[in-house]
Amino acid sequence: MAATRTEQKAGGELGADLGLSREDLLEMYRLMVITRAVDERMWILNRAGKIPFVISGQGHEGAQVGIAYGLRKGHDWMVPYYRSVASLITFGMTPREIMLAQFAKAVDPSSGGRQMPGHYGVFERNILSVSSPVATQLLHATGIAYAAKVRGTGQVAITYIGEGSSNQGDFHEGLNFAGIHRLPVIYVVENNGFAISVPMALQSAVEDIAVRGAGYNMPGIVVDGSNVLECYRQAKAAIERARNGDGPTLIEAKVTRLTAHSSDDQHTKYRTQEDIDAEKERDPLPRFRDQLRDAGLLDAEGEERMLAESRRVVEDATDWAETQPDPDPATAQRHVYADAPPARMDDALWESERFMGDGGPVRGERGETGRVGERH
Amino acid sequence: MGVQTYIEAVRSTLADEMRRDDSIVVLGEDVGKKGGVFLATDGLFDEFGGERVLDTPLSESLIVGASIGMAVNGLRPVPEIQFADFIFPAFNQILSEAARMRYRSNGVVSLPMTIRAPYGGGVHGALYHSQSVEAFFAHIPGLKVVIPSTPYDVRGLLRSAIRSDDPVLFFEHKKMYRSVRGDVPDTDYTVPLGSAKVTREGSDVTVVGYGLMAYYALEAADLLESEGVSAEVVDLRTLRPLDGETLLNSVAKTGKCVIAYEDNRFGGYGAEVAAILAEEGFDYLDGPVLRVTGPDVPGVPYNHVLEDWFMPNPDRIAEAVRRLAAY
Repeated sequence: MAATRTEQKAGGELGADLGLSREDLLEMYRLMVITRAVDERMWILNRAGKIPFVISGQGHEGAQVGIAYGLRKGHDWMVPYYRSVASLITFGMTPREIMLAQFAKAVDPSSGGRQMPGHYGVFERNILSVSSPVATQLLHATGIAYAAKVRGTGQVAITYIGEGSSNQGDFHEGLNFAGIHRLPVIYVVENNGFAISVPMALQSAVEDIAVRGAGYNMPGIVVDGSNVLECYRQAKAAIERARNGDGPTLIEAKVTRLTAHSSDDQHTKYRTQEDIDAEKERDPLPRFRDQLRDAGLLDAEGEERMLAESRRVVEDATDWAETQPDPDPATAQRHVYADAPPARMDDALWESERFMGDGGPVRGERGETGRVGERH
Repeated sequence: MGVQTYIEAVRSTLADEMRRDDSIVVLGEDVGKKGGVFLATDGLFDEFGGERVLDTPLSESLIVGASIGMAVNGLRPVPEIQFADFIFPAFNQILSEAARMRYRSNGVVSLPMTIRAPYGGGVHGALYHSQSVEAFFAHIPGLKVVIPSTPYDVRGLLRSAIRSDDPVLFFEHKKMYRSVRGDVPDTDYTVPLGSAKVTREGSDVTVVGYGLMAYYALEAADLLESEGVSAEVVDLRTLRPLDGETLLNSVAKTGKCVIAYEDNRFGGYGAEVAAILAEEGFDYLDGPVLRVTGPDVPGVPYNHVLEDWFMPNPDRIAEAVRRLAAY
């Protein structure tokens, strides 16, 4: 009894100052475990030749879950980047939806199979589609926040980049504008120390990207990305500032990249195996698990149940997504414009040859053939 | 409403649309209290306030990128790029983001936004205040590209652009801002995007143009009339989507075509027009397709003698029509 009381007391303390319940803490860990399982499966599918490309967030999950957990799903806006799987699952995207993007299926809500894996976006969930040129999305989040402010919606926009992307001009342009107008936006830099292969020392003249916040009159906060609850604490404060009209925040989460940049990268060319092994010490999953264990919130049995659940979820998502139909090439010309079929000369199936020989239009017969009446 | 200048048509249409739809915001450099460097937004700040008529930092990528976010979250932005020459810092946002958002989201995300920018030469603007940039944007699926040549079309096309749920590039020829005036009805008419117009009927040669060149084509036709050469003028008005029907119908009638555009010759928009005529109008043609264009130098030079050397004009268009009529 005494031990149980002690555990309960400790459990009550962990996260209590943040207003997090036991259920919240377990849910946060569960989100991390499921994300890791989804991510690991992506690599297996890649190695098995089933999906051509993987870009991974392993090592980033603690920061992502901690930072996103305090957002209001379906109300706030998330503008992600390609390592954002844990952020997205925390914000309501399902493992099935993530897996549909890996397989690029017709019902993939991110793009209907048009984009590479990693380019997520589910508009109904207030998650905006992301592209490959980095840092462009910062400006979209900035504009979303401006609209939220003008329209008085009370929404907060959050967007994510890697530290490499913080050297793009859009980073400066977006943060400056948000600082001027005190916009309800949070810029998260997930600093894993590498822009593909280029180490931090060659990317930035300052060690902490967060210090750049001063140049835009916004708090610049460095947080240990393997400390889930500290990430939650800092994001919660930033969300409150944004919600209260007190302006933007720049959060830099120091994380580790446990994998290569992508499935097309051989990271041992620029990292030693010793360094890669040492980085495992910064894996947020065992760290948070140990916190929960020490607080008496999670025992071996509970953890095994959670792992088993994550395996079931991933099996389901993978098996289901893989069997969904591919997109039909007949649909590939859709959605270029809102209000029109493909404009006449935009028709990719249009071929000069159809005007040759018997099929060719003859002067004076155009009205009858109708071939030149196809503009929209 | 009576007679308006080209720029009055821009300004009055922006104001009308902002009164009609309070989700419309105007943003750009100096668009607020100053009313824009050409005064295209003059008076809007006083009427609609600083939240809807927003002076931005000198950050073109932001002007377009933030407009994308605004469009995502319920606004209908009309960003202004101060000169078309300065649009290139925003090129990535326009090409990689705005043009592709609908396609890459499989039809889910709409970006209702109209990017306005003054373009064109003949105003002593030299290399960086004179460029014609339409070819870069007309090349990109997902964008609409509009260039009006009359106050009537400014109003009708700008309404259609703002009301469109797609990103539109709306280029205004700065030489026409105050030099061109015309009747505009006091009604809520629109000119549909993707509809060209035969602005002068003729029988010998078709002259295709847009913007200032559509205007010059009419002047050239006047010059030629006294010589007994009958030129038909097609004002494309919208470069993408292109109204191929009007173009081909005209060339079917005349059998000959001169294309005038102010941009550099090589790879300019008129080259696409020529390609369409070669592919679809070959049987109609009784002579080569000629282009009257700016020369292939990297910009419009400043000195007035040099600028005159660069700029296509009614005389040069008329000369091409004469040569072709005699072919």
